[in-house]
Amino acid sequence: MNRFILPIGAFALLVVVLAIGIQRAPSKSVIPSALLNKPAPEFVLPELGSPDLTFDSKSLAGRWWLLNVWGTWCAECRAEHDMLLAVRASGVAPIIGLNWKDDDAAALEWLAQLGNPYERIAADREGRVAINWGVYGAPETFLVNPAGLVVYKHVGPLTDEVWRREFVSRLPPAAAPAVMPAGTPLASPAS
Amino acid sequence: MMTRDWRGWRQWLLASWLILAGIGVAQAVDPVELPDPQLQQRYWDLSHELRCMQCQNQSIADSPVGLAGDLRREVRELLLAGKTDQEIRDHLVARYGDFILFRPQFSSRNAWLWLAPLVLFLIGLVVAVRVIRGRAKLMADGIDEDTPDRAPADPGDRR
Repeated sequence: MNRFILPIGAFALLVVVLAIGIQRAPSKSVIPSALLNKPAPEFVLPELGSPDLTFDSKSLAGRWWLLNVWGTWCAECRAEHDMLLAVRASGVAPIIGLNWKDDDAAALEWLAQLGNPYERIAADREGRVAINWGVYGAPETFLVNPAGLVVYKHVGPLTDEVWRREFVSRLPPAAAPAVMPAGTPLASPAS
Repeated sequence: MMTRDWRGWRQWLLASWLILAGIGVAQAVDPVELPDPQLQQRYWDLSHELRCMQCQNQSIADSPVGLAGDLRREVRELLLAGKTDQEIRDHLVARYGDFILFRPQFSSRNAWLWLAPLVLFLIGLVVAVRVIRGRAKLMADGIDEDTPDRAPADPGDRR
């Protein structure tokens, strides 16, 4: 009987390992960010619609903030737009838009039509900043903490469910003040 | 006779032209030339071993997608800046993770995957040695391994 214990044990182990592998196998289209728990790449870019202004990511140091990568050529960005507006209205954290390889005029028209969920919008016309952030498809939404570390990245349209499960759970409760009307500039969270 | 030869020739010519035309199309995705042929070769090699993250089963050299073009530009600029191949790979892995490499590198995260074949081989070796030693011992003890059920032969019977 003893001689069977080893093979059966090995087989059982294999079954367990493979079962875990199948269970945990993420959908192949979503690749986890290499930037998790690493410093968010800094960037300075012209601001969309204001050629004289530049946006510097350092200006957000010390705050929780979101980076949303979008473009008017991206159909799924339209799908998440209302959710972004709701996030802005909740005032939990400012959303910085990264307008990725887009046409400025088209982007401005999009915002005029659908509303502007962003506190600031950086125009990444050449896609260099997107590469530094490891972006491979829009929309993507990053969560950055006050220490400047990337805490989470979501690939695909932001939904209410994803927002609650992945973002709200990572944000400190203190950073969720009362509902703010969209359009008002967000103050830094009091700590 | 002559005409037939010429027909064969024409077919050959046509076939080679079609093949050459195909190569032209394949290269049209990325017509950029670097000044130095050595750099051009490294650029060719690197861009073929980096994955297009959007299409996933194409290299950035083969993909016409916008992001692949941006990544090729990134590779070119790093090459021109004098970075080594490994520095360029590390640069992109830092941004996109191991997945961007078609040939994965050894790292602490995937060490077990690389070492598993060696470990399995060693286990197999140990098992094989033990089995062989066991058989040799049985043989030395004068037991016929094909009839293990039979009681050991009487010592007096031994020839």
